[in-house]
Amino acid sequence: MKMGLQLTRIRLMILNMSAEATVVEKEIKVEKKPAEPFLSKRRKNIVIDPLSDDNPITIQVLGICSALAVTVKLEPTLVMSIAVVFVIVFANLIISLMRNLIPSRIRIIVQLAVVATLVTLVSEFLKAYSYDMYKVLGAYVGLIITNCIVMGRLEAFAMANKPYDSILDGLGSGFGYAWIILTVAFFRELLGSGSIFDFKIFEALGWTTFPTNGLMVDSIGAFVVLGILIWIQRSKSGYVEH
Amino acid sequence: MEIFNIVLRGIFIDNMIFAYYLGMCSFLAVSKKVETAFGLGLAVVFVLTLTVPVNWLLQEYVLKEGALTWIDGSFESIDLTFLQFIMFIAVIASMVQLVEMIIEKLSPALYGSLGIFLPLIAVNCAILGSSLFMVQKDYNIIEATSYGFGSGFGFFLAIIALAAIREKLKYSKVPPGLKGLGITMLITGLMGLAFKSFIGVAL
Repeated sequence: MKMGLQLTRIRLMILNMSAEATVVEKEIKVEKKPAEPFLSKRRKNIVIDPLSDDNPITIQVLGICSALAVTVKLEPTLVMSIAVVFVIVFANLIISLMRNLIPSRIRIIVQLAVVATLVTLVSEFLKAYSYDMYKVLGAYVGLIITNCIVMGRLEAFAMANKPYDSILDGLGSGFGYAWIILTVAFFRELLGSGSIFDFKIFEALGWTTFPTNGLMVDSIGAFVVLGILIWIQRSKSGYVEH
Repeated sequence: MEIFNIVLRGIFIDNMIFAYYLGMCSFLAVSKKVETAFGLGLAVVFVLTLTVPVNWLLQEYVLKEGALTWIDGSFESIDLTFLQFIMFIAVIASMVQLVEMIIEKLSPALYGSLGIFLPLIAVNCAILGSSLFMVQKDYNIIEATSYGFGSGFGFFLAIIALAAIREKLKYSKVPPGLKGLGITMLITGLMGLAFKSFIGVAL
C-alpha cells in the first residue's frame, strides 16, 4: 500500500513538473510569436459571439428601440442595418484610435460627438441619394445616436482594445443586430402586408384572399414577434435570465 | 385647451413606449422594481420638460433655414439643419449634467433617488426622440414644452405599470427561455394593445 501511495505521489510530481514545463514552454512561445495571425481564433470569436451566444438584442437587451421601429417592412430594415453596421464599425475604430487621449470624465460626450457625426453623415447620404428612404426612416436615423448597442460597444470594447479588434467587434455586433431585426421584419412584412421586399408573395402563389394581420404592422406585432424570437433563440443557446 | 390636448395625446395616444418604441432600453432594464422605475420615470419627465423647449429655441433661432436673421439680415440663406443631431445631443448631455448638479445642491434627498438614473438618461432614445418629433410637428414653445411633459409622463406611466407587473411575475412559472426579456416583450405587447384603445379618443 505504502509503495503504491509513494508511486502515485511521484507520478503526480512528475505530472506537475511536466505541466509546469509545458506552461513555461507556452509562455516562451507567446513571447516569441511576432504578431497575432490576421484571423486568429480569438478574433474569430470576437466576430461570431455577438451573432448568437452574446447577441446584442436577444441576450444583452440593447438597441431595442430601433429594432422595433423600422421593422414594418424589409427594405427600410435593410437600410437601417447597413447604417448601424457602418456607424458602429467606424465609431469603434475612431474611439479605439483615440482611446488613450480621451479623459475618462468626459468620455460619454466625446463618444456621443463621434457617433453623432457619423450618424449625420449617414443621414445626409440618405437625403442625397435615397430621399424616399430618408422620409420612411424619419427620426429613427437620428436615433442611431442613442442606440445603446453603439454606446455599449464603445464603452465596453473600443475604450480598451486595439483598432483592428475593435473593427471586428463592431462588425460582429452590427451583424448580430442586423440578422435579428431582419428576421423580425421578415415575419412582420409577411404576415402584416403579405409581401417580401414589397413583392406580393401570396398573390403570386395564387392565394389572393390572404388575410393580412393589422396587428403585425402595428407596434404590438413587433413586441410579440421579438418576444417569440427571443424565446426561440434563448432556448437554443441555453441562456437563462435570473 | 390645445395644450391640454397635446399633453393627453403625449401620454396616451402617442405614448413614447407603445407607439414609438422609444426609451425601450431603460424601459426594459430598469423595470424590475416599482421603486427604481419611479425614480427613473420622474427623472425622464424632469429632463424632457426641460430639454424639449431648449432644443425648440435652438431649432428656431440657430438651426432652421434662415433662423439666423436675428443676428444679421445677410444670414438668411444659411441652413444649419445638418448640425441638428450634434446640437441636440450636446444640449441633452449638458442639460442632464446641469440638472444633476442643481439637484445635488438643492435637494440631496431627491438626488439620492434620481442620482444614478440621470447619466443613463443622456442616452435614452425617448429624450432625443421627443426633440426630433417636436421639430417635425411644428409646435410653438408652449406647445413644445407641454409635448415634452406629456411624452415624459407617458413614459413614467408605462414604466411603472410594467414594473408592477414584473414584481408580480416573479411568483409565476415562466418557461426558462422566456424568462426575463422574452416574457417582458410579450407583456409589453399586451400593454400596447390596451393603449391602442385610446386611439378612438378624438382630441
